[in-house]
Amino acid sequence: MVNTTANTEVRGLRRSPAAHLWTDFAVGSVAGERGVTLREIPFQTMVGIRVDPSSEAGRRIGTVTGGLPLACGNVTSGPSGLAVLWLGPDEFLAIAPDNGGVDGGILAAALVEALGESSGQVVDLSSNRTTLELAGPSARDVLEKSCAADLHPRAFAPGTAITTEIGKIPVVLWKTGPETFQIFPRASFADHLGRWLLDGMGEFAAAGSPTWH
Amino acid sequence: MLLFSCPNCGPRNETEFHYGGQAHVAYPEHPEELSDRQWAEYLFYRQNTKGLFAERWVHSTGCRKWFNMVRDTVSYDIKAVYRMGEQPPAGLIPAGTGSTSPTQHAPEGAKP
Repeated sequence: MVNTTANTEVRGLRRSPAAHLWTDFAVGSVAGERGVTLREIPFQTMVGIRVDPSSEAGRRIGTVTGGLPLACGNVTSGPSGLAVLWLGPDEFLAIAPDNGGVDGGILAAALVEALGESSGQVVDLSSNRTTLELAGPSARDVLEKSCAADLHPRAFAPGTAITTEIGKIPVVLWKTGPETFQIFPRASFADHLGRWLLDGMGEFAAAGSPTWH
Repeated sequence: MLLFSCPNCGPRNETEFHYGGQAHVAYPEHPEELSDRQWAEYLFYRQNTKGLFAERWVHSTGCRKWFNMVRDTVSYDIKAVYRMGEQPPAGLIPAGTGSTSPTQHAPEGAKP
């Protein structure tokens, strides 16, 4: 893993799961007060962590990641844009921005070292999921068409992340800002979910279009 | 659509969960001493309760953890949600309807 991502030629060849939709995302994005934009954030580093957060190993991993979230919805932030999302009482997802693959695998290696011989699991899951970012005043409206979780700000404040379903697709949903959602579908669902969200965004373009009236 | 209250995640849509059958079916203490019939009863014989029923559910697209629920099989009214390893709230489950007893009656016409 470390060897392949450090290889410059491989980095040049890598393709993100929704790369073929980037043009559609740009065309389908809507500006204005009812606007909503969609884009893919490719190649983020993701590491799956299974550990009891109250154990000694959990504390050691917490020192690398800047703590582990302890309840549903919580997200902890660490150094260099690293975030850890709560997936379950003993399951977490560490997410760090792509840096061109320069130090690919280093985060996972550091977490493996922190876990040591203790019971638990640290696995590099970077290519398991991709990131779709839905943002804008209508972003919540688009999601609420096919996500049954309560997305009202009183129940789902910025900084909250949950695992749920959007259009029957299992995703991790992270509200990174007041009108910004990052959606993490598995790679094989990226095409379907991307088109699904574009379809949901269509009405906001139509209602604001001068040809509509 | 029903809302289930996951002990870890709070109220979520029913479609995020999967069913795991009757709760509190204990693994036999001495499985090597069971006859084939007793083993089959442990594996396959379950209550088919009309009314309050203790059952297992898993939050498959959420925290992926199992929990227990007492549900009315007639009205779908959810009476209690509690964690694995815990007992149902006292007085909720009438004796003999929420757990498999080793002396449960054989179905009619079954060979001994």
